Amino acid sequence: MGILEVKDVGKRFGGLQALSDVNLSVKENSVHAIIGPNGAGKSTLLNCLVGKLIPDTGSVMFDGQSVLGRAPYEINQMGISRVFQTPEIFGDLTVLENMMIPCFAKRDGAFELNALSAVLKQNDILERAEHMLEEMNMADKRGMHAAALSRGDKRRLEIGMCLSQEPRLLLLDEPTAGMARADTNNTIDLLKQISEERDITIAIIEHDMHVVFSLANRITVLAQGTPLVEDDPQNIRGNPKVREAYLGESA
Amino acid sequence: MFGLNKKDTSVLIIVAVMVMLAPFLLNPFPSASGLAQFNAGYPDLMQKFVIFGIFAIGFNILFGLTGYLSFGHAAFLGVGSYSCVWMFKLLGYNVLPGILLSIAVSGVFALLIGYVSLRRSGIYFSILTLAFAQMSYALAYSVLSNPKFNLTNGETGLQVYADDPQWFHNPDRLPDLPHLFGLSMRATYKLDLGAWEFQFNAGYYLCAVIMLACFYLAIRIFRSPFGMMLRAVKSNQQRMNYTGLNSRPYTLAAFVISGMYAGLAGGLLSAVDPLAGAERMQWTASGEVVLMTILGGAGTLIGPVLGAGFIKYFENIFSKINDYVLHSWFSFLPDGMEDAVVFLIHPFIGKGWHLTLGILFMLVVIFLPGGLVEGGQRLVNWIRGRKAKSSTAAHETNPAE
Ligand SMILES: Nc1ncnc2c1ncn2[C@@H]1O[C@H](COP(=O)(O)OP(=O)(O)OP(=O)(O)O)[C@@H](O)[C@H]1O
Ligand SMILES: [Mg+2]
Repeated sequence: MGILEVKDVGKRFGGLQALSDVNLSVKENSVHAIIGPNGAGKSTLLNCLVGKLIPDTGSVMFDGQSVLGRAPYEINQMGISRVFQTPEIFGDLTVLENMMIPCFAKRDGAFELNALSAVLKQNDILERAEHMLEEMNMADKRGMHAAALSRGDKRRLEIGMCLSQEPRLLLLDEPTAGMARADTNNTIDLLKQISEERDITIAIIEHDMHVVFSLANRITVLAQGTPLVEDDPQNIRGNPKVREAYLGESA
Repeated sequence: MFGLNKKDTSVLIIVAVMVMLAPFLLNPFPSASGLAQFNAGYPDLMQKFVIFGIFAIGFNILFGLTGYLSFGHAAFLGVGSYSCVWMFKLLGYNVLPGILLSIAVSGVFALLIGYVSLRRSGIYFSILTLAFAQMSYALAYSVLSNPKFNLTNGETGLQVYADDPQWFHNPDRLPDLPHLFGLSMRATYKLDLGAWEFQFNAGYYLCAVIMLACFYLAIRIFRSPFGMMLRAVKSNQQRMNYTGLNSRPYTLAAFVISGMYAGLAGGLLSAVDPLAGAERMQWTASGEVVLMTILGGAGTLIGPVLGAGFIKYFENIFSKINDYVLHSWFSFLPDGMEDAVVFLIHPFIGKGWHLTLGILFMLVVIFLPGGLVEGGQRLVNWIRGRKAKSSTAAHETNPAE
């Protein structure tokens, strides 16, 4: 049994069958990549995992509990964090504040008013947020408005925000899209390090094969809403079906 | 100081000093001069400044921080006013129970309305709050005012009558008007200094002290983790949700707090003038506080107070200028020109002050989206920029020498 078990999930948008019969099992502490051409339904699948969409059929279990029917914030509290395909950050807030909010969420669980204590006196939170910024190499941008960051930096900030929650399952939707090569390599190193050091499972959607093959220990190929193959990286590389469906090389 | 950082402390102190010295600051023109009508330092208007300042500060906690635009906050103002007058009727003229009850009742009211309205966001939220406020207005104006059950006294407005119980009222010792432990809210000390007359009014100072407390509380909320969460709600609710935070309790808490501020303002309106009418709940009153907040600068600390002062000043001062006054100003012009000038200005004064306000509001929103506060900041930056320029210019000449 994997930490995440997706069974027979299907999702329809009007006349479009975006997902059908998706079965996926993600092993605990693994890095599981989901690849596939544009429009294959990868993001839709993630949406079904975090409560943004409710699948028409099938079940999604995280650590033995169903996530279906729970609100997104409840699913996050179960230990699932997500980085979106288009960065979702607090644009009007500073980079440091962005990083502090998940730290608060982690500490308070759900809701603590804290209406009269000053933000700047929350030393434990500040420390954690600063530390995470250091780790993301963004400490020099701490006072900037998040909306003013470059696309790659926004994404790195979002990854940092998710990591600071110490999730058990991290879902990444094209985390390196729009990043400079150096930042991509930094991100790979960071994710690698985290997946080795911490008790964390990562599911990653990615088009950049360099990233996929440096990180993943298992790969699922999705095409037209259904998993085509699931295998170890070295086998995927040579699989003719994958080459045809995804890499577009007719063998 | 007071758990605030240096900058906030100085803002608080500046506001406190200005509020305390308002009777001087707002009365710059000698009483006998023609400009005396621009003086705002009389009790009635000064009370409005601070009371509507409280209203706007509270509104800004909701709108400025979370971005939820309520079009129904006047309902809480009205509820507060009625509650306070009821305390006068039942207990007596001491303002303290009335003010406390107005905060409590409006808080409960805000909890109910907020609970329902916050199920939607954006324009739907605004419309829901507007609908609730108009319902409250209708209730106050007619439904809750019938011979069997008269809670609001309808069109006439709720006031204290001679046959009201007033259990703790002792007419021998206490004034027959709202008072604080015997100190009448109307008590005014007049200070004559040369050609000037300054008025120090008990009601004003009570409201002013309460406003400062409210302002202080608002700063604390702005700078707290709670305030940061509210800004996060405004910025990106999606990210909030996927960070494990349910935004509803935060927005509801902000809604209730701002409702209580409004109720307090309503209670104070009754405290300085013991009469509560349904028109306080009308949609125009709800719209006014939106204008105040945006005009001053939504989401800033001092903006709403400035906006409230600005609008109340215009309402009371511009509306008093009439053709007669205009003619006296422009009497130095030749007759035909005098008439022409008066004719041109006429639509903008007296009853037409709304026109002036509307134009000013448009100008501010178009050119200073951050409100009066942004205007002030730009002015400061411009002055600094000029200074910096002249000093760099001085430096640049040095190497050449
Ligand atoms: N909310 C929606 N409503 C209608 N159609 C949708 C919705 N979300 C996705 N789709 C459609 O479902 C299909 C799968 O989209 P999805 O975003 O999951 O693809 P993807 O694999 O993530 O592609 P990409 O690599 O471009 O991100 C697409 O055809 C898309 O247009
Ligand atoms: Mg996608």
